[in-house]
Amino acid sequence: MLEIKNINVHFGVIHALKGVSLTVNEGEIVTLIGANGAGKTTTLRTVSGLKKPTDGQILLEGKDIISSSPQDRVLMGISQAPEGRRVFSAMTVLENLELGAYLRRDKKEIAKDLEKVYNHFPILADRKKQLAGTLSGGEQQMLAIGRAMMSRPRILLLDEPSMGLAPLFVQEIFNIIRDINKAGTTILLVEQNASMALQIANRAYVMETGSIVLSGTGSELMQSDDIKKAYLGG
Amino acid sequence: MEQLFQQIINGISLGSIYALIALGYTMVYGIIKLINFAHSDIYMLGAFIGYFSMTTLKLGFIPSLFLSMLFCTIIGVVIEKVAYKPLRNATRIAVLITAIGVSLFIEYTTMAIAGAGVRAYPQMTGFLTGAYRLGSVNITVHQIVIVSITIILMVSLQFIVKKTRIGKAMRAVSLDRDAAELMGINVDTTISFTFALGSALAGAAGILVGLYYNSINPLMGMLPGIKAFVAAVFGGIGIIPGAMIGGYFIGIVEVLVSGYSNSLYRDGVVFAILILVLIIKPTGLLGKNSREKV
Repeated sequence: MLEIKNINVHFGVIHALKGVSLTVNEGEIVTLIGANGAGKTTTLRTVSGLKKPTDGQILLEGKDIISSSPQDRVLMGISQAPEGRRVFSAMTVLENLELGAYLRRDKKEIAKDLEKVYNHFPILADRKKQLAGTLSGGEQQMLAIGRAMMSRPRILLLDEPSMGLAPLFVQEIFNIIRDINKAGTTILLVEQNASMALQIANRAYVMETGSIVLSGTGSELMQSDDIKKAYLGG
Repeated sequence: MEQLFQQIINGISLGSIYALIALGYTMVYGIIKLINFAHSDIYMLGAFIGYFSMTTLKLGFIPSLFLSMLFCTIIGVVIEKVAYKPLRNATRIAVLITAIGVSLFIEYTTMAIAGAGVRAYPQMTGFLTGAYRLGSVNITVHQIVIVSITIILMVSLQFIVKKTRIGKAMRAVSLDRDAAELMGINVDTTISFTFALGSALAGAAGILVGLYYNSINPLMGMLPGIKAFVAAVFGGIGIIPGAMIGGYFIGIVEVLVSGYSNSLYRDGVVFAILILVLIIKPTGLLGKNSREKV
């Protein structure tokens, strides 16, 4: 569904992504793991169109989207819950979710998707009138994911959904990610919490200083000694 | 006591004008973190367009108000496109200096076209003249017009910002531009729209100040512009209700100072307020320090 081919990204003189390639097939959860600063977030920002790569291709269903605006990419079905949640803090939960459907005009279908989001995250329904900034970190993460789902994406990009959350919340968020995937949304998941990510992922890529250094199925990588040593604390 | 009421009434009409200008400063700051120094000159242009509309074109006050708002909207959007948009990723100081350049450009272009002299604003006729007495407090029709138009504009603005799609986009972009972009919001369009709204309000303020002071000149925007900026900072820059409150506060303070003490102090007091705000609560009356949640 999504194919990244050999993209290079520079920030000034810094060569942040060095020929990154990866593929996400329809219906999969693919995870991209690696240390801080490896280029995971940059990869997602490039896919969403917030950062222009110097060269390379990004194919969505075989069509190159490199010159498409971020808006067009949302219309084509790419949606992202960014790192650090980035909810609109001074707006209500409901307004945040409505903004997720900003480009859509099909009111009835939007209402249906809102119900779906509330089903995945019942707490958001209870708090819909509350300002997003008053939610706890875990609730904000749920809101960020719910908001990203409101554009009815074909592929959902999740950037560090477990960041800064209490362990109980982490487990819950990962369960919900699996549910969302089962309900038919393809997911590209960036994580530092490698063990959790590998458990739910069909396939995984490992990134180090701007390059993909390893890839395989989730269970393969969990068995790999290098991965154990570097990311799984053993 | 009557004198106090009278002064407050005067202060509310002057404050309305400051509030309208302050809204433009605060909205633009909210969305691109720029103190748009050219904003006060858009207000000046509004006054001149109103003047020419009522004298040369012989239009009535209300059509002139709309014409002035429309013209200022266009000017505001053009300034953003030509001067600020190319600097979207430049440092903030570069944009700020550009804003000062744009301000001077507008002031001296206006001078070249309309002359540097002071012009008397046309006398209002018909329903726009006269005054009412409430006890010993005098309320002129001009004051009623200024305050009612300001209230109508503020209510409309609140409606646009709170309820409409583009208004929600404005708030989203000002809260988090990247996140807004991820929602599919077109940031450039939203910024243009913000300039359009702010400039329309400045245009209205320009024609209303003609009613208030009866005279206009190409440099008339400078001092009210800075005072409106103080009003925006006082209320909390970037916060729309803050600009409204700040505008009225500064207007009333200024009139009270002129009324009860020496009118030479009125400008000084406004700047003293700015200094105090910056020392005591730099985020302004309604501003909050944001914290990251875990």
